[in-house]
Amino acid sequence: MNHLPQAWGRPRDDVYGPYDASYLQSSHPQTHTQQPIVTGTSVLAVKFKDGVVIAADNLASYGSLARFTDVKRLRPFNSRAIVGIGGDVSDMQYLDRLLNSLDVTENYSSEGHGLNARNLHTYLSKVMYKRRSDVNPLWNQMLVAGLDGDDKPFLSSVDLLGTTFSSPTLATGFGAHLAQPLLRKVADDESQVSDVTREKAVDAVKECMKVLFYRDARSLDKYSIAVVTKEGGVELKEDEQLENQSWAFAETIRGYGRTQEV
Amino acid sequence: MTSIGTGYDLQNSVFSPDGRNFQVEYAVKAVENGGTCVGIRCKDGVVLAVEKIVTSKLLKPGANKRIATVDRNVGVVSSGLVPDGRHFVSRARDEASSWRSTYKAPIPLAALAGRLGGYVQAYTLYSSVRPFGVTAIVGGWDSEAELGVDGQVGSGPSIGAGGKVSGTKAGGPGLYMIEPSGLYWGYYGAATGKGRQAAKAELEKLDLASGNLSLEAGVREAARIIYVAHEDSKDKDFELEMSWISSTEGPTKGRHQEVPKDILEEAEKAAKKAMEGDDEEETTAAEGETMEE
Repeated sequence: MNHLPQAWGRPRDDVYGPYDASYLQSSHPQTHTQQPIVTGTSVLAVKFKDGVVIAADNLASYGSLARFTDVKRLRPFNSRAIVGIGGDVSDMQYLDRLLNSLDVTENYSSEGHGLNARNLHTYLSKVMYKRRSDVNPLWNQMLVAGLDGDDKPFLSSVDLLGTTFSSPTLATGFGAHLAQPLLRKVADDESQVSDVTREKAVDAVKECMKVLFYRDARSLDKYSIAVVTKEGGVELKEDEQLENQSWAFAETIRGYGRTQEV
Repeated sequence: MTSIGTGYDLQNSVFSPDGRNFQVEYAVKAVENGGTCVGIRCKDGVVLAVEKIVTSKLLKPGANKRIATVDRNVGVVSSGLVPDGRHFVSRARDEASSWRSTYKAPIPLAALAGRLGGYVQAYTLYSSVRPFGVTAIVGGWDSEAELGVDGQVGSGPSIGAGGKVSGTKAGGPGLYMIEPSGLYWGYYGAATGKGRQAAKAELEKLDLASGNLSLEAGVREAARIIYVAHEDSKDKDFELEMSWISSTEGPTKGRHQEVPKDILEEAEKAAKKAMEGDDEEETTAAEGETMEE
């Protein structure tokens, strides 16, 4: 009698022989993700003197179709870390479940201090690099925002290759091209972060979300924004509307399918 | 036990002619010597408490926890062989995590208790294993809030077909006790271990079935009951460990957590005071030989 519980109730190897795993083989080669399918666009984040502000819109696109308009792409982890995820939405859902189970196992013990944003970023970078090394990447770029072990603001990025990158301001996707230069006006390097107030950071992120909505055809004017500070923890708002839009500049656009000047 | 020596107690899973499984009964004996555990199902949460006999002065106070968390909303405490209890907790965590990977939602407490009861019972069926030397108390709170599926990132279409019945009541407190035989029942108040008789007598006085006891009062009662149950082994020092799970609106927000230090100390102080009040009662002689945990 095999005393391993997982063998109970199964055909005995000594009577029936080991299971013939060749029946599990298929004639097709194993394939992996070649491209993202349902996607989220940019994630933006800015460090300020007491914390980090992070934002992403609520759209999941299916190609050029605005398929889902209430998708929450900022995933809070605990009271001092939040992850903003761009790229494939099903991979984002997998990552969300992974982080959920990580949080469950981390809380088995009441000792210690739990994971901070830096720990979480390291963990995610290992996950992403493992998957790219298996040639089966999770098709996402993520920003991890929150507080590090010294309760100092922390912001870092990890992408589908497992590449990590840190900066006082970060943007993924289309935002890396359009929003990043604008955000650098707020804080160009680490030494300037101490001069950035919460209001200034939030305003800069909101302004960039607006610029992105103007120019990124895969974006939406409904967005989520979160501020992480030591005092307030993660303050997440998931149903925000872009305000003070002005499409006057559109009049000046020439080309791109718009009727040429007569 | 007159049947001892007849040979029916030498192998697991073997019945005696009068229908008993002696190995299981011996496992129950191991439980009866363990530190007392108490669980109380209150109207807005569940309390778990354990009497930890201090077996050595070299043990760090407050370390070596005996109450474990399973998933986020379930606590497990057990009397009997501590390593068996740890394995039991490990299995409970595996069951909870496997449920999540299948159903993308937390395991309901009743389902967890059922899975664990089945697991423990399987250890009474084979000669290559021995039964669990623990009786475990499993307490938890099934969320009464509308929960999304794990990994859900949106709410889906606001119109279209739906199958949900509105206005149904879901969730609430749960308390189960699982014995070495695999037997498990749901309880309003559960006690096991050395002082279980005294503890059960105290629990019965609380009228838990009416559902009036608040979680805060439950914490004080649990502490007091552990002190009452300790009366018979007064010569030994002990540590009180307590945990609780409240409703989603309550102090732990539906999570299983240690009772905060200040509340625990207050409950212990009240328990000691209540014991002093009872001092005129004659203390009964300690039963049987002294046994290590």
